[in-house]
Amino acid sequence: MPPRPGDLLVLADSDTGTAPLKPADLKLGADPYLGWALDPNDKVPRDGTRLNQILLMRFDPSSLTDREKAWAVDGVVAFSAICTHQGCTVTYWLTAPQVLECPCHQSQYNPRDAAKVVGGPAPRPLPALPLKMAGGLLVVAAPFTDRVGGEQQTY
Amino acid sequence: MNGTTVRIGLAAALLCSVFGTAAFAGEIDSYSVVTQQRLQNPEAGNWLLYRRTYDGHGFSPLSQINTGNVAALTPIWTFSTGVIEGHEAPPMVNNGVMFVTTPQDQVLALDATTGDLIWRYAPKLPEDLFQLHPTNRGVALWGDKLYLATVDSRLIALDAKTGKVVWESKIGDYHRGEYSTLEPLVVNGKVMVGTSGGEFGVRGFIAAYDADTGNQLWKTYTVPSPNEPGGNTWDSDAWKTGGGSVWITGNYDPKRNLAYWGVGNAAPWPGDLHPGDNLYTSSTVALDPNTGQIKYYHQYHWNDSWDWDEVRPPLLINMEYNGQMIDALVHPARDAYFWELQQTDDGIKFLSAWPFSYQNAFTSIDPQTGRPSYDLAHKPTVGKLVTFCPSLWGGEDWVSESYSDQTHLVYVPANNGMCGEYNGVDKKLIAGQLWLGADPNTLNLLPRGDHLGELQAWDPVTHKQVWMYPFPNQLFASVLTTAGDLVFVGGTNDRMFRAFDARTGELLWQQRTNSGIIAPPVAYQVGDTEYIAVQSGWGVDAQRIQQSLSTTPLKVDPDAVPQGGVIWVFALRRH
Ligand code: FES
Repeated sequence: MPPRPGDLLVLADSDTGTAPLKPADLKLGADPYLGWALDPNDKVPRDGTRLNQILLMRFDPSSLTDREKAWAVDGVVAFSAICTHQGCTVTYWLTAPQVLECPCHQSQYNPRDAAKVVGGPAPRPLPALPLKMAGGLLVVAAPFTDRVGGEQQTY
Repeated sequence: MNGTTVRIGLAAALLCSVFGTAAFAGEIDSYSVVTQQRLQNPEAGNWLLYRRTYDGHGFSPLSQINTGNVAALTPIWTFSTGVIEGHEAPPMVNNGVMFVTTPQDQVLALDATTGDLIWRYAPKLPEDLFQLHPTNRGVALWGDKLYLATVDSRLIALDAKTGKVVWESKIGDYHRGEYSTLEPLVVNGKVMVGTSGGEFGVRGFIAAYDADTGNQLWKTYTVPSPNEPGGNTWDSDAWKTGGGSVWITGNYDPKRNLAYWGVGNAAPWPGDLHPGDNLYTSSTVALDPNTGQIKYYHQYHWNDSWDWDEVRPPLLINMEYNGQMIDALVHPARDAYFWELQQTDDGIKFLSAWPFSYQNAFTSIDPQTGRPSYDLAHKPTVGKLVTFCPSLWGGEDWVSESYSDQTHLVYVPANNGMCGEYNGVDKKLIAGQLWLGADPNTLNLLPRGDHLGELQAWDPVTHKQVWMYPFPNQLFASVLTTAGDLVFVGGTNDRMFRAFDARTGELLWQQRTNSGIIAPPVAYQVGDTEYIAVQSGWGVDAQRIQQSLSTTPLKVDPDAVPQGGVIWVFALRRH
């Protein structure tokens, strides 16, 4: 099941198991983190499919565009980690241009501005995952803003 | 049509089944069953194995098209696959029927003379698939079936006549980054495959399946566990995620009943993250196809740190060495050394090695064992930007060289002076995620010299380069040689398909195609006509190099080569 409003967040490579994330767990300017939504009731990550993967980064809130600010909490931004081109996981952070890059065909996204496509073949931004804060924890405020996944290749 | 007739039902319709079975359904009326005898002694007009013959030569004995008339070579038919990405499969030809695979694991059966589509198989691939290498390198032929290894890690047997699924077996788990892109190798009814995933931290393996039932017969890891032979070459737990993927079809020696497979890089890339020699990464292994037991091996370079997969198996050449006829294993390697080994009844013996392209990582080669010594300044490590030559794409990547049984030369599609760099990083593996161990900000190509691509002709007996033809940018395609004394290759970003004089290196013919060619060309004959066939469809690594070169002083246009696959078939202009 994809992330749902009210879900908590957890890191995909967490050493501490399923401790829900606080903004302070994410370092300013660090490489993107991969995470999952966490069912708040049974504390089980929604990790059944790679398509549920969430890309998390943290920035100085003043560097975000207005539309990004509406979805971010304390500078933490969250998107689908699945490239809208052909579905690879977007994992690269290029520090000089300050853009996310997909390793498969070098689509580039600006995470400070609603993951707008700034290079490469991706047809649309990464779907955003709007966040809010509750009890000091990061909480999913709304489902992904758009369909998750790449374009299906047919002939 | 050599006894094969083709019936395409007029009612054949687009049956886009949800189960991904045949999407266009005609039927081959009579099909020439593929036997062990035929694979070992293929008819001159057919292309039944990845490199045509078990010895991997990529040589056709056909000579109707030759140096004297190749200027009149002309397209006879083309077929648009309707698929983008890298088309890396040779057209397989069995008595007038052609089988071609495309990215997304589609299989097309075509009349090899007319280009009529007989059937198309289009499997449904999972939506959550991470296709780092969206490609396929062909179907294997055995009996009345075809064998397809898929990018979601399945082995699928198709009825060659209809394209219908006969059975399907699981190879590995794509969720963990195991996938297959290679054409399987069939020996005596055993279908052998390997797994890709060196960039996802898999533990590589080769496995065999019963051609009739799909039952797995054996599975041999290319990275041993600590208590297995070679296990002591891993000084830590890194073997569990040590790479050693297998993604190019092996060769086979019927005399000794040995299947030769190439093994990929150690994972992740920086060597200090997997201390030890790391058997059998960057090695050739010779295994018994009946049991999967590794009988012999040779590791080209220990503790790989450059992403130098040695996945191509060596050419098996019976040749003269110091006045004696020997069973040589010849491997122009990704590490840019030209390796010559000898298979004896006692094992694989090192003979000699020399660089065929600029290489700055090795300082010497032990004359007894062939073990290289390294210049640590050019061996990538964590926390330091290290430059090295050749780049991660090597002196010759996965694309195949060819050995002409007529000129006795080895034709190498090389890149020379295409250096690279990266800064190693130590990151935790997340299952199913890319795990290079390299900072993407530092993954750069550093071209040097006035050109990069070189088609090189080497005499394996004298170790002399006989001729070389340069190309301004990368050369990235497999080579075909024929008894017409011709060498065919694509691989350049100008979309050309070219024919050279095998003895002199003179360019005799070229044809501009729809896209760039990275696939292996083949030669075949139907009736009294010889044909040359190749897929043009740029993508994957050739395109990644193009992208990387765009930010170097070469400033190539990253979008210069359009995508979309087309099968091209040529013959002499008298039809
Ligand atoms: S899948 Fe991301 S750029 Fe193609």
